[in-house]
Amino acid sequence: MIPEFEKFKGFSAKNLPKDEPLAPGHRACQGCGEVLALRMVMKALGRDVIVCNATGCMEIISSPFPQTAWNVPWIHVAFENAAAVASGVESARKALMRKGRIPKKHVDILAVGGDGATGDIGLQWISGAFERGHDLLYVCLDNEAYMNTGVQRSGCTPYGAMTTTSPPGKKSFGQATWKKNVPAIMAAHGIPYVATASPAYYLDLMNKVKKAALVNGPAYVHIYSPCPTGWGSAGERSVEYSKLAVETRVFPLYEVIEGRYIMSRKITKPKPVLDYFKGQRRFRHLTDEQISSIQNKVDVEYEKIIKLSEMT
Amino acid sequence: MAKRVGVEVSIAVADAVKLANADVIPAYPITPQTHIVEHLSDLVANGELDAEFVPVESEHAAMSCCCGSSAAGARTFTSSSSQGLSLMSEILYHPGPMRLPIVMVVANRALAAPISIWNDHQDIMVQRDIGWIQTFAENGQEAFDLTLHAFRVAEDRRVSLPMIVNIDGFTLSHVIEPIEILSQEEVDRFLPSFKPRVRLDVKKPVSMGPVGVPEVYTEAKMAHNEVLKASKKVVVQAWKEFADLFGREYHPVETYRVDDAEALLVTMGSISETAMTAVDAMRDKGEKVGLVRIRLWRPFPGPEFRKAVGKAQVLAVIDRCLPPGAVCGPVGEELRSLFYKVPGAPKIFSFVAGLGGRDVTVERFNEIVSKARAYAKKRPTENYEVIGVREQ
Ligand SMILES: Cc1ncc(C[n+]2csc(CCOP(=O)(O)OP(=O)(O)O)c2C)c(N)n1
Ligand code: SF4
Ligand SMILES: [Mg+2]
Repeated sequence: MIPEFEKFKGFSAKNLPKDEPLAPGHRACQGCGEVLALRMVMKALGRDVIVCNATGCMEIISSPFPQTAWNVPWIHVAFENAAAVASGVESARKALMRKGRIPKKHVDILAVGGDGATGDIGLQWISGAFERGHDLLYVCLDNEAYMNTGVQRSGCTPYGAMTTTSPPGKKSFGQATWKKNVPAIMAAHGIPYVATASPAYYLDLMNKVKKAALVNGPAYVHIYSPCPTGWGSAGERSVEYSKLAVETRVFPLYEVIEGRYIMSRKITKPKPVLDYFKGQRRFRHLTDEQISSIQNKVDVEYEKIIKLSEMT
Repeated sequence: MAKRVGVEVSIAVADAVKLANADVIPAYPITPQTHIVEHLSDLVANGELDAEFVPVESEHAAMSCCCGSSAAGARTFTSSSSQGLSLMSEILYHPGPMRLPIVMVVANRALAAPISIWNDHQDIMVQRDIGWIQTFAENGQEAFDLTLHAFRVAEDRRVSLPMIVNIDGFTLSHVIEPIEILSQEEVDRFLPSFKPRVRLDVKKPVSMGPVGVPEVYTEAKMAHNEVLKASKKVVVQAWKEFADLFGREYHPVETYRVDDAEALLVTMGSISETAMTAVDAMRDKGEKVGLVRIRLWRPFPGPEFRKAVGKAQVLAVIDRCLPPGAVCGPVGEELRSLFYKVPGAPKIFSFVAGLGGRDVTVERFNEIVSKARAYAKKRPTENYEVIGVREQ
């Protein structure tokens, strides 16, 4: 077990931090599940954190100069390299503390990016940072497409989903590939902590983020983040979808602690994926046959994770 | 006290970085820069330099890591060449406007294709407009001195900009030269510790690298350009102080036997040494030929260059870079615009030479000068000429 976790009592409804390191007044769309998740991430981390943000929705909506929504030190350099920037911040602090040039004090280093920044274009930079063992946490806010550039498909876009570069048409049914298993790729680095989270389960999300921060070394949290604008769903239903994705087993919640898979929430009576698809324009074109093939895949993938959790 | 030793120039550069007491060194191997970071890695491993050596997974990550490190307030150094520098390209544009005083030594090398590990200036010329201060070293001593100078200038609070020292790959990076290595105490007198203007600090949160909407983008670019142009004063001041302390004088533009010269060679980097030998030989024959060498490439020292040229009527400008389809090489272009419609301006002829490790010999310099002189009488049909091309 990870010793750093011992002192951590966990967040509860009673001790939720009131402070908002990510201030309101940013420019996210109404009902944005990504900024909701990010707000929870920041609440969990508090103010002793340096944020390295990849290009994407969250960077754009939070930093239109001369305004900023950030009450904590924040840096954005480019799209694919947040993990390398964070490596630099972490190395600098290590050197400067050792050389007595800044006070010795632990500060969390958070790298944060979307699914495109994380699972596609930035994979190498994250892999490098994890392999080198920097003490940082990487949070992926997965809204399942390149939203900032207008809803293009990414490797994390689910099978069948409509995006502007995976449109259904006479010869296409939408995204033709299955969602890339990014958390598994991260776990394969043998880093101490990997987790998935959903903003509907906010205490679980915050606890996982806090644990990722407490871990000595690299940690990764993959957060499901509804995007009403890109998904063609109602803004007020974002939290509901965050819940449905878990209850239908589409997005299972688990931790991988030192290689051991631990289910955060076993879904014994799953709802049909159709319940989750309803009301999302991106899935509207799917045929019954396609939906049932997706249902099969969801069941198979879920069982794989259950098996992994039973192995240890 | 300074010690004069015979040492490989790459090692001397690494020693300068050690004497500068760099804090973070993100590094990735590429020939001919590798000896610099290898030696730094040794120094860190032996405890002779207290720094974080970050063996990143690519040059793009190296420069990204540099940005994070510098933003967090650490003295940050890296080194690259050619393909590696090109891979960094996207990120090279960030530390300028973000005012991150990263120092990088580039061991200049050709760009693929065809892949070539040998020396020319194509790698840095495609990065001309990244908004860093840039100098070119002629010899090993200069490579050592300019590296220390780069930290001093880049980190000056009036400047706070990234800086590149260019050293020619192999012809400079890999040769052994007698170099005076300054002592720690001497370096400490020249180079104060790094006190950043702002840094990522939980006590005083700042947002760095925000989105620039159309209302602010132009102003942000202007601000960067202004501070880059103004940095020349600090560059020169720091050289003056260096000369006062250690006796070696550096200027943005150097001249060699330019008095009464009618024709001038214009060079950057280590070929200038051969060019001086060529000038001596031509002078011996009674030809009125001199040499102007550009040390400070960005910001371009226009007034200093004009002054250096004096009354000479013919400039033979040598570019170590062939930009396909362009009017001429980048240095040639720069000088043609500098002298555009200036009364009494010299005639400027552009030559491309020394690509991908091809030697530029004394004979080539002779050829360039005599061609330039001939063209001054009878205008050439082309805007530039490639020198030293094999007949077959
Ligand atoms: C090198 C590079 N390629 C492409 C882009 C354009 N771009 C900016 S943000 C973005 C999409 C971001 O998608 P994601 O990471 O999923 O974040 P989201 O906006 O969905 O939160 C793209 C393609 C860029 N800025 N840089
Ligand atoms: S496009 Fe989607 S992710 Fe981006 S701000 Fe709007 S709702 Fe949030
Ligand atoms: Mg996305």
